[in-house]
Amino acid sequence: MEKKNKHAMQVSALCNGTVIDHIPADKLFAVVSLLDIPSISSNVTIGYNLESKKLGTKGLIKIADRFFTDDEVSKISVVAPNVVLNTIKNYNVVEKREVKMPDELHNIIKCNNLNCITNNEPMATHFHVSNRKEGTIKCRYCEKEQNINDVELL
Amino acid sequence: MESRSLVSINDLSREKILSLLETAEKFEENPNRKILDGKVVGSLFFEPSTRTRLSFETAANRLGARVIGFSDAATSSASKGETLKDTIMMVSSYADVIVMRHRLEGAARYASEVSPVPVINAGDGANQHPSQTMLDLYSIKKTQGTLEGLNIHLVGDLKYGRTVHSLLHAMRHFNPTFHFIAPEELHMPEEYRIFCRENNIPFTETTEFNEDVIADADIIYMTRVQRERFSDLMEYEKVKNCYRLTNAMLEGTRKNLRILHPLPRVNEIAHDVDENPKAYYFQQAQNGLYVREALICDVLDINI
Repeated sequence: MEKKNKHAMQVSALCNGTVIDHIPADKLFAVVSLLDIPSISSNVTIGYNLESKKLGTKGLIKIADRFFTDDEVSKISVVAPNVVLNTIKNYNVVEKREVKMPDELHNIIKCNNLNCITNNEPMATHFHVSNRKEGTIKCRYCEKEQNINDVELL
Repeated sequence: MESRSLVSINDLSREKILSLLETAEKFEENPNRKILDGKVVGSLFFEPSTRTRLSFETAANRLGARVIGFSDAATSSASKGETLKDTIMMVSSYADVIVMRHRLEGAARYASEVSPVPVINAGDGANQHPSQTMLDLYSIKKTQGTLEGLNIHLVGDLKYGRTVHSLLHAMRHFNPTFHFIAPEELHMPEEYRIFCRENNIPFTETTEFNEDVIADADIIYMTRVQRERFSDLMEYEKVKNCYRLTNAMLEGTRKNLRILHPLPRVNEIAHDVDENPKAYYFQQAQNGLYVREALICDVLDINI
């Protein structure tokens, strides 16, 4: 019991907001920068190298009074697939969703092919996820297959 | 805005390919049909390509259409910094169909999305060139009587050769056996080998190009080994003449064998092969006209 309490103490409780949990530790700061945390004025707690049964070590971000759109969630999934997003209202978890990478990535990442039209024309990018397990994605335009770990966010 | 555009050979089903080839056969019987009287074809060559442009424009002319456009980006408003989208919007308000060659990969897909009229991809960088693949298929079917179950030998630059990659994709519908013959530096990329395995297409690979290797070939598809593809020029000097087809090599080959090449050829096919009835590359280029007539009619939804 005491041990459990200690674990619970690692991060303080949140009244309203979002808890992003199960972020692989090495992806934590990528998610922090993706969500532009420095620009948020509300209360933010960032946990790094926390113990995790699932991941060994994990990262966690608690943001008060902030909720995420589907687009933002899709972006998180590209950097850190399989994180868990908890929506907190009045100290209660009202929604818990595992973030899955969508089948189509609209205007989230940049194509690695410099000769791709998307890098030369003011237009949205579009990728199809061809192999989720391997992280293989294919540009709708230049048709080049790439790995999700090698691409940059827009 | 999804239209009847032709962007990538990978978008075409087996049935669609066969029906386009059938239409092309009708145009071979009679290439001059004024069925596009009153239509305007926009021929937008942002990158020069004399062979493809002349073939498309001849196809449009033989169908009775008028052709507008440019043959070099320098003479288009792209040189003033206009976006591709704006050029396409402007031309689509004049033309009924756009034939487009562009140096950037994916340009044709994007043009087809923004254009209210159909777009035919006449080559987008190193990506796709579907009318070339269609004329390759037409030539194979015409010379072999079928597309089914053939032994196809791909020779030369299999790494960068866009035409061999598209041909491989398109042939997946017709149970081929492939033989990849290329120097180590230019061998078939792994993604196409995976593609073959996934589609149960048997293939062999070798770096040797000789009489024995081609003895059972129905089709030999030659490509150019380009000097600029080699990081090591010593390596280029070593292999440049190893992938050269000579008339003497054809002696023991199958009667039905035909030699294809997307052209231009440099020295990978010796000139003494030209007289051999198995040489088919010039007729292959001519078939491009009939195929392109069929493609223009198809995207305009005109049946013949």
